Amino acid sequence: MVTLTVNGKQIQAPKGSTILEACRLNGIEVPTLCYDPDLRLAGSCRMCLVEVKGRPLFLASCVAPAENGMVVETESTDIVEARRVVLELLAARHDFNCQTCEKNGDCKFQDYCYQYGVKESRFTDGGRHVYPIDDPNPFIERDYNKCVMCTRCVRACEDITNARAINVENRGHKAKIATAFDGDLADSPCVFCGQCVMVCPVGALTSKVSAGKGRAYEVEKVVTTCTYCGTGCTLELNVKDNKVVGVTSNRSEEYSPVNKGALCVKGRFGWDFIHSSDRLTTPLIKENGEFREASWDEALDLVATRLQAIKEDSGPDSMAVFTSARITNEENYLAQKFTRAVLGTNNVDHCARL
Amino acid sequence: MGKEMRIVLRNADKIDPNSIDDYIKAGGYRALEKALGMERKALIEEVKKANLRGRGGAGFNAGMKWSFVPPAEVTYVVCNLDEGEPGTYKDRTIVQKDPHTLLEGMAICGHAINSQKGYIYCRGEYPYVVEHLNRAIDQARRKGVLGNFDIEVRMGGGAYVCGEETALIESIEGHRGEPRFKPPFPGVAGLWAEPTVVNNVETFANLPEILNRGSEWFKAIGAASYPGTKVLTLTGDVVNRVAIEVPTDTTIRQVIYEFGGGIRNGKKFKAVQIGGTSGGFIPESLLDTPIDFDSMRGIGATLGTGAVLVMDETRDIVDIVTRIAKFFEHESCGKCNPCREGTFRNFEIMTKINRGMAAVQDVEKMSLLCKVMQKACLCGLGQAAPGPIVTTLQHFRHEYERKLLA
Repeated sequence: MVTLTVNGKQIQAPKGSTILEACRLNGIEVPTLCYDPDLRLAGSCRMCLVEVKGRPLFLASCVAPAENGMVVETESTDIVEARRVVLELLAARHDFNCQTCEKNGDCKFQDYCYQYGVKESRFTDGGRHVYPIDDPNPFIERDYNKCVMCTRCVRACEDITNARAINVENRGHKAKIATAFDGDLADSPCVFCGQCVMVCPVGALTSKVSAGKGRAYEVEKVVTTCTYCGTGCTLELNVKDNKVVGVTSNRSEEYSPVNKGALCVKGRFGWDFIHSSDRLTTPLIKENGEFREASWDEALDLVATRLQAIKEDSGPDSMAVFTSARITNEENYLAQKFTRAVLGTNNVDHCARL
Repeated sequence: MGKEMRIVLRNADKIDPNSIDDYIKAGGYRALEKALGMERKALIEEVKKANLRGRGGAGFNAGMKWSFVPPAEVTYVVCNLDEGEPGTYKDRTIVQKDPHTLLEGMAICGHAINSQKGYIYCRGEYPYVVEHLNRAIDQARRKGVLGNFDIEVRMGGGAYVCGEETALIESIEGHRGEPRFKPPFPGVAGLWAEPTVVNNVETFANLPEILNRGSEWFKAIGAASYPGTKVLTLTGDVVNRVAIEVPTDTTIRQVIYEFGGGIRNGKKFKAVQIGGTSGGFIPESLLDTPIDFDSMRGIGATLGTGAVLVMDETRDIVDIVTRIAKFFEHESCGKCNPCREGTFRNFEIMTKINRGMAAVQDVEKMSLLCKVMQKACLCGLGQAAPGPIVTTLQHFRHEYERKLLA
């Protein structure tokens, strides 16, 4: 353990902790934009700056190791002044349209501007970028007029998904998140997993599928398991007025032990079937070339009778069972058990082998 | 012209830089031989005792830096020849006139930290230096003088920020040239996450003579806290626009008037900027300051790379600082917020002032921004970028005031 003094209070943290970790462990909140414990650290947003006695420079607490005897100030006059300047510099390049922004109420930049009273920027003589919002993909809205250049999306793309579809292009004030040659995501190695949307602290990356359907504070988050495949990823259905309006993910290991928040394109963006009018909600039985609605009992009885008949007429090996990755491992296990023990054949296979 | 003292440039214009035999005849590679016969610890101790401090700008004790390298199977020696500071041409001069003194210095460091591999990161605008170095490395390899140490030259792509040691490492690794946060320092986790010593050309070039003549000899030269010599490159309104090597207790006035021959065309002195583009502006009243690292810091300036840009009475300070602000706006890598946005806003405000369209509030706003950048930026580029603005506001405020709106 290391012992240090933060804002006049002695705190302890495990050896190897950063100053930020030590603070948070002890209930001291320090603002961060680029920090993400699941990603390679950047130390670049300079929001988490703290003053350490005897150090001539401010330290980025997210990457500075906590040391024994350190005397740290997280909200001193100089630190607050520096944070305000950083926020004002970002505000000068930010497209403030919170009233229509998907992330209103769930935006770190908005929160910190509120916290530090940044109503307007002193650095707004000009030079604000106006980037087109025109990536034609159906899933991810990319509005770099709201980007705070924290590079969490770049790091998530590399560290979590390993797609490396995006990086920073250009230098200095012209620096921007882009695919190679600044093209569309569809022409890049992007797999539209939306991990970038998950980590974006502001409204620069949002879901097109959920656009206009409700903000974070309006939805109830229902934790469930993704039905697309047997991996069993945890996701949160965002429900508003009894309708699913989006999917988000919870990154805590406790809630999301399988995927730690990571999802694929289907899990994150492919939920609009839920309320589709084309969706089957009851079994259908075909009679005289026409489908009619039936109860589960009736349908299952019919299937059982027909399978029995085939088994008797043509033998069990005349049948085969083909299972799907959309069901769980346990269900797949039951399917092969049913095939072998009930139908009496070893003709069982799975789509994942194709 | 005053008398120079040449350590790193001892062979300059005396030997054929393309001939390793010439270098050996002049006593070359004897220091390496001596070093190879020493225990690593003793070698590091000797360099530490000499108090050879980094000549790239940070002024850190080289031996101390080496001593931080933990025992490891793979370690690297990296030479910073990025030399991107405008007005600086000392490293190019050293390498062009005597490449083997650099190679020998790197090999000495290689022995000290048990490294078999060195990289020279050469400025992208110096392709002819790459050729020149490769020729020298080839000769050294064939002669077998480097022992089991090998050196490879890598070329930069023209980014100023890659002179920062961690951005330089990123660039060698093939990544975007952006600085890393420290710690970990390169000495612990540098190139490909292995312990790495990064030193400037001039630092390495000092090593052979320190080994040949001993740390006591070196320590006695120049200023006590920053001993030895410094290669300075004179530019601007000075008569002799040359590279000189002088003991570190030489004063700025001596540099300009004794070595530089004074101001061109009989004009009067106005200011001198030392250490490169991020260096402080120094007025007449401070010219008797010695050029050593600590004395310069004491007057709010820097020794930096040793570039000396002299400005005569006709020069427009605000216009010069505006151009400098444009340089940093162009060279900021964009990684950290205060530098990416701050260098842009500084240039914006300086342009406004220079055009006579700014009010005193703009100067105040810029001063606040500069103050924050100096303490909040991630790397030396952003921390140093406000230097010229801050020092000219301190010493030449009247030039700003003349251009402000009433």
